[in-house]
Amino acid sequence: MGDAEIIPIGTRGRPGRGTGKQPSSAARQLAPGARKPRKVADPEDSTAHDAGAQDAGAHDTGAEDTGPEPVETPVEVAPAESPDPAAQPTQPVTRPVSQPRAVVRDRLPAGGIPAADLLAAFQTASREIFGDDWELQLARLLAFLRRRVTGDYEVDEYGFDAEITERFFMAALRPIAQRWFRIEVRGLENIPAEGGALVVSNHSGTVPVDGLMTMVTIHDHTGRFLRPLGADLVFRMPVVSTLARKGGTTLACSEDAERMLRQGELVGVWPEGFKGIGKPYKERYKLQRFGRGGFVSAALRTGVPIVPLSVVGAEEIYPLVGNLPSLARLLGVPYIPITPLFPLLGPLGLVPLPSKWLLEFGEPIRTDEYDEGAADDPMLVFNVTDQVRETIQQTLYSLLMQRQSVFR
Amino acid sequence: MADGRVVLVTGVSRDLGRRFARRIAEDPSVARVIGVDVVPPQEDIGDVSFVRADIRNPVIAKVIAKEDVDTVVHMSVISTPGSAGGRVTMKELNVIGTMQLLAACQKAPSVRQLVVKSTTTVYGASSRDPAMFTEDMEPRRAPRSGYAKDVAEIEGYVRGFARRRSDVRVTMLRCANVIGPHVQSPITSYFRLPVVPTVLGHDPRLQFLHECDLLDVLGHAVATGVHGTFNVAGDGILMLSQALRRLERPSVPMPGPLVGRVGSTLRSARIADFSPEQLTFLTYGRGVDTTRMREVLDFHPRYTTAAAFRDFASSLTPTGGRTDRVLGTIAATLPPVEPTREALHG
Repeated sequence: MGDAEIIPIGTRGRPGRGTGKQPSSAARQLAPGARKPRKVADPEDSTAHDAGAQDAGAHDTGAEDTGPEPVETPVEVAPAESPDPAAQPTQPVTRPVSQPRAVVRDRLPAGGIPAADLLAAFQTASREIFGDDWELQLARLLAFLRRRVTGDYEVDEYGFDAEITERFFMAALRPIAQRWFRIEVRGLENIPAEGGALVVSNHSGTVPVDGLMTMVTIHDHTGRFLRPLGADLVFRMPVVSTLARKGGTTLACSEDAERMLRQGELVGVWPEGFKGIGKPYKERYKLQRFGRGGFVSAALRTGVPIVPLSVVGAEEIYPLVGNLPSLARLLGVPYIPITPLFPLLGPLGLVPLPSKWLLEFGEPIRTDEYDEGAADDPMLVFNVTDQVRETIQQTLYSLLMQRQSVFR
Repeated sequence: MADGRVVLVTGVSRDLGRRFARRIAEDPSVARVIGVDVVPPQEDIGDVSFVRADIRNPVIAKVIAKEDVDTVVHMSVISTPGSAGGRVTMKELNVIGTMQLLAACQKAPSVRQLVVKSTTTVYGASSRDPAMFTEDMEPRRAPRSGYAKDVAEIEGYVRGFARRRSDVRVTMLRCANVIGPHVQSPITSYFRLPVVPTVLGHDPRLQFLHECDLLDVLGHAVATGVHGTFNVAGDGILMLSQALRRLERPSVPMPGPLVGRVGSTLRSARIADFSPEQLTFLTYGRGVDTTRMREVLDFHPRYTTAAAFRDFASSLTPTGGRTDRVLGTIAATLPPVEPTREALHG
């Protein structure tokens, strides 16, 4: 055939620029298999378009007489392109008609496919995605989607949406926890299987990723939802506030903490707050002041155990080397972080470094042995706060000794 | 005086006030019900004798003295200036009206009981709010203007009255947003918009009280006369997004200031009313704890928040809900496994 046909510029088709619907002549030339083979297939071009000759490569000459056949052939072609490579080797390579096939199939309007084909394609695709009991799986997915779309789900009084947390947030965070940070957990037996408890953790990492990772780790290993207490900044920020409430967070105030603990929830608190999370990299693993010990008062009032948690690895995900205090003040946030990668690489700098994480839950500190007015005794509250802080600090040091390196 | 009580109800020109007055008039222990308002009620008030009096001037004291009123139900705290005129009139009606009413009550030895319908708006709404307000909590930010400030001042006067007249049983009912097919309020007109503007990135928690439960709790308070302040709301919480999905109304998320602007446009067109406190409520939401309502007041609402909202939604025609119809069509072609799934979920 005319393989080496020389095409002078501007002699093919309508000249000039593309109009939106019609590509420019230059673009038409660039498109794979644009015009050249059309010359051969031109007489039957219109029939090929209408009859859905996706399999033009397979039997192009019989395009007219394969009236009923396309009914099942496009079904296999469309979802999984398996017949294509199978059909290809049987064809003589020299056939030029194998080229326009892709073009014809893409341009075919969906309205041209009979409904039965669509249904069959849909079934094949479903089987492909969900496996053999696809009907059941798909019906479940649909039921879930309909529940979400019609608002037919329950949230608790804090706005916690258990269904979306379990099926969406946890599912999204799990691979990050397991593959990216390769979290290793110790002391899981220290988390009570039921009843209220207060998990107290160190805070680090510029962005509260450690909180999210703790949530997913506790959920995966014990099946309980950790209910974090968040700063009021969390609830002031759009989007973040919605996600936080749906994920089970509530405001870090004594009313909410005590309410949750009384209801037997597993509550998580990071008493260092912004001082801990926004501390410079050179101060890593040095615990900051533990607030005013409000969390201890809450635990004392409700008599729940305090479970100290030490997280190693979160300090290295975004090493904070600088800060923009004036911009931060302007925006009303505690700090604007500068990490070695962040403003420099733009959005790419937001990818956390894949440090190796170790989580260790310490032995619970019982608070139910103190008498009634213990929460109002500042000295006792300070002492218990120090005890928790010391436990976490010592565990941090020992975990750091055990860790081979930051990334391993 | 010997047979039955004499109840004075303020704010009977409005629907809920009128319905409550009629209802309490049917109570056998009540001899007479006197309805008071500035304008006469539009609809039938049955056995209630209407007295056209402005509670902003001392005439009300004469009414109370002459009729030997022993129970006063104060329902004329209005949340929107809409029908009254402007904000100034609204404030006069709310604050000065309450002051005059309380002054009259204080002078009348016959008054034994006062029931005030307040609102949970008094707690405000902010990012620093606890999840559930109990009756002892104060708003995190003192309201600076509008309805919330009116209510805060009214509650202050009511507390002062309760101190000065310790022989009067004062019940203050802080009701969550009242909702129902017949209620006209800022929140219902908001939900009646065909396309509902929401604050981008915020999903407030909402609590509702059904209109029947409001009438019930007022009747209950008159009947039992429990002294104190109580939050009144249906059980449970609805998120705004969830409520809109249940309503099958499309929503348009837009930044907070823009919602305010849309709100003031709608207000000038008299379609909906977006006050600043309504806007913060739609941003941060609010929840109130109703333990005291159950245990001390011993009132149990018939409608949960979700049920009250369902009843309200049944009176509206959905303007959205296409996605669900499409999903429903697909689901209809599949074997019905949803029931088992539902059962698994609870």
